[in-house]
Amino acid sequence: MAVKFVRPKIPKFAPDPWAIQFDEQGHLRHLLTIEGLGPQWITRILDTAEGFVSVTDREIKKVPLLRGRTVVNLFFESSTRTRTTFELAAKRLSADVLNLNLATSATKKGESLLDTLRNIEAMQADMFVVRHEQSGAAHFIARHVAPHVSVLNAGDGWHSHPTQALLDAFTIRRHKGDFTPLRVAIVGDIRHSRVARSQMHVLNSLNVGELRVIAPRTLLPTDVEKLGVRVFHDMREGLKDVDVIIMLRLQRERMEAGLLPSEEEFYRLYGLTEEKLAWAKPDAMVMHPGPANRGVEIESSVADGPQSVILEQVSNGIGVRMAVMSLCMSANRGDNT
Amino acid sequence: MKDAPENLGIDHDPVRHPEGCRPGIDCDRWVIRGARLRDPSNGLDTSSDIYLGGGRIVGIGDAPGDWPADTAEHVCAEGHWLIPGVIDGWARLREPGHEHKATIATESAAAVAGGITTVVMPPDTVPVLDTVAVARYIKRRAQLAGRARVVAIGAMTQQLGGELLAEMAALDAGGCVAISNAHYPFQDLRLMRRALEYAATFDLQVLLQPLDPSLSTRGCAHDGAVATRLGLPGLPVSAETAPLAQLIAMISETGARVHVPQLSSTAALKLIERAKADGLPITAGVSAHHLWLTEMDTDALDPNAHVIPPLRTIRDRDALRRGLAEGLIDTVVSDHQPHEPDAKLAPFPETEPGISGLETLLPLVLKLVEEGVIGFERAIDALTTRPAALFGLSDAGSIAVGQRADLTLVDPDAMWSLGSVGLASAGENTPFTGWDFAHQVETTWVNGRRVFLREQ
Repeated sequence: MAVKFVRPKIPKFAPDPWAIQFDEQGHLRHLLTIEGLGPQWITRILDTAEGFVSVTDREIKKVPLLRGRTVVNLFFESSTRTRTTFELAAKRLSADVLNLNLATSATKKGESLLDTLRNIEAMQADMFVVRHEQSGAAHFIARHVAPHVSVLNAGDGWHSHPTQALLDAFTIRRHKGDFTPLRVAIVGDIRHSRVARSQMHVLNSLNVGELRVIAPRTLLPTDVEKLGVRVFHDMREGLKDVDVIIMLRLQRERMEAGLLPSEEEFYRLYGLTEEKLAWAKPDAMVMHPGPANRGVEIESSVADGPQSVILEQVSNGIGVRMAVMSLCMSANRGDNT
Repeated sequence: MKDAPENLGIDHDPVRHPEGCRPGIDCDRWVIRGARLRDPSNGLDTSSDIYLGGGRIVGIGDAPGDWPADTAEHVCAEGHWLIPGVIDGWARLREPGHEHKATIATESAAAVAGGITTVVMPPDTVPVLDTVAVARYIKRRAQLAGRARVVAIGAMTQQLGGELLAEMAALDAGGCVAISNAHYPFQDLRLMRRALEYAATFDLQVLLQPLDPSLSTRGCAHDGAVATRLGLPGLPVSAETAPLAQLIAMISETGARVHVPQLSSTAALKLIERAKADGLPITAGVSAHHLWLTEMDTDALDPNAHVIPPLRTIRDRDALRRGLAEGLIDTVVSDHQPHEPDAKLAPFPETEPGISGLETLLPLVLKLVEEGVIGFERAIDALTTRPAALFGLSDAGSIAVGQRADLTLVDPDAMWSLGSVGLASAGENTPFTGWDFAHQVETTWVNGRRVFLREQ
């Protein structure tokens, strides 16, 4: 007869997809997604960013928080603006910065993502800022990096772009203060937008009054309402009584994929013109994660108009990224208080 | 990569060492004493002795008249269940073509460790199983490995390209138990109709997995709430139902016997239900993981939960369970797809889909019995009787005198957990690590030879 024994239970792959963001002491180690941060951490990041935004207003813009640390920008997908603001944020924290544009190099030569990672890790990097075209790439990297390395997600596929959503929340908070009475509308290509997904998580975590999405069905993912949004297909209805309008970038390949008939029709129905802006509240803010396609999703006079905070978003982005970098690195130093 | 186990290299100490018979290996005379013989297909549920000789079951209860008692091996199996060996109707063994993932030797050893005595292999090998030569090669490799019986499904079109018909009659004569285009599409509906008509000419069993190529491009998860949250490209239910509806229309015109190896959605199950009610010669299967996992299991971006067809909603899983319980779903398969570790070391959408499922097929189905989801009778029917009928394996899938001695001995109160490195398969890509099971395969006989004995 068989001798009975029970092997010890091995934990499943990852009980909480976002638990990996925190170290054993509960400090923020990686920033991969907004999910799992909760209002406390989000508020803490925004509060920390307030201090750094004032640093960037000073004449000498550097603080020595990350002196001697190396931040590596790992961009598997090309980007100018996000990479630049991450680079500036790291430099203003006195870190050494290395920019690697991998969209054209190693991985295209058949080197696996993991090998690229190991090689750069061997150069004693302390933080990876990662952008990748596949959803879940930042999680994958965070799962495989050495214990002293932090990973910041600078955009993975359609999944998540947490620092963008945090800087949007930061900008809204600076103008409107409290989130609870606000109506926010996100307009455009929600389906392919990591920005929209992160914005939904951040705004719902901060208990925003009402979150809407406005788009044709082809640009909305299945069951999007389960992410806590009200769905509109009509701009006039959707913009009624709205305090904040977030426009998303529409990429040209959407027409080729048969999701839209033409840029013109999209602009006519969903492009933010002065006429449509008037349907929202008179003091509604206009936001865009950039770079905007003028005449496709937004009219120039709106993008440059008095209600637009698009450029402010860019400069706030530096302070918010400084805040995230310093919080993650202090967790790794073990001197978080 | 694991080394292939040595041919029949079982060196465990057997119960007795009768003269003229090397321990376990050469001996094809066995007496299994006291096991509870459980084969619902012929109403067998009794604790009794069973005699194996010459690759067949030669006696149940009493020894056959000419039984030479001193040259047989004895096994005391009281408290254990002896069931017909499982027939897994859809499992990739990766040979020929992908030996870096697994081989027929490693996987047929994994099969018998999971209580599977016959493995049915789809034709998507490299080279494609569209000639008798490849079928013969597979058969020879399986015989050399000497573990599970491996039978092959021939290709329906040359290179599975969906354009030119393969020599289906020759493949049938060459030992293929069915024909299939796996999940590859036909060039157009006209060709699909002709392929089915041609197969129907010879009354061949056809297996087709409905998956629309344009609706499944890039898709790596069920198009639902979880994929939306994770930003994963979705695979809609219509990628399964649209081609299934076309297939059903073609079956009603051609009369071809078609089996769908894996259903994943409620909507597809409804189509099958209606087609069966209309009297069409269609049958369907489901993979063991679709009976247990849902889209929620892709939530942690675990690449081991990346499968196609994808894991769908809880409602879909429950419908599939009901479909199985009611017999609407005929068979349960492993959909075994072993991978080398690198295939799963990438961001979720870039990983190769598939689960190494041979060793969890029987435990997962018996776990459904334990939890009262399906009856024991249905479980054994779906794993042995129906696949035997489907593939025309008339001498397998039941316990009766004269049948092949393909038998699995199960310890019904083993209480074990699946360890992360506990698989015999070369592929360790399983999402079931850490799961607890009550039933464990102890010993497996194929063709009257003991090909697996669990190490204690």
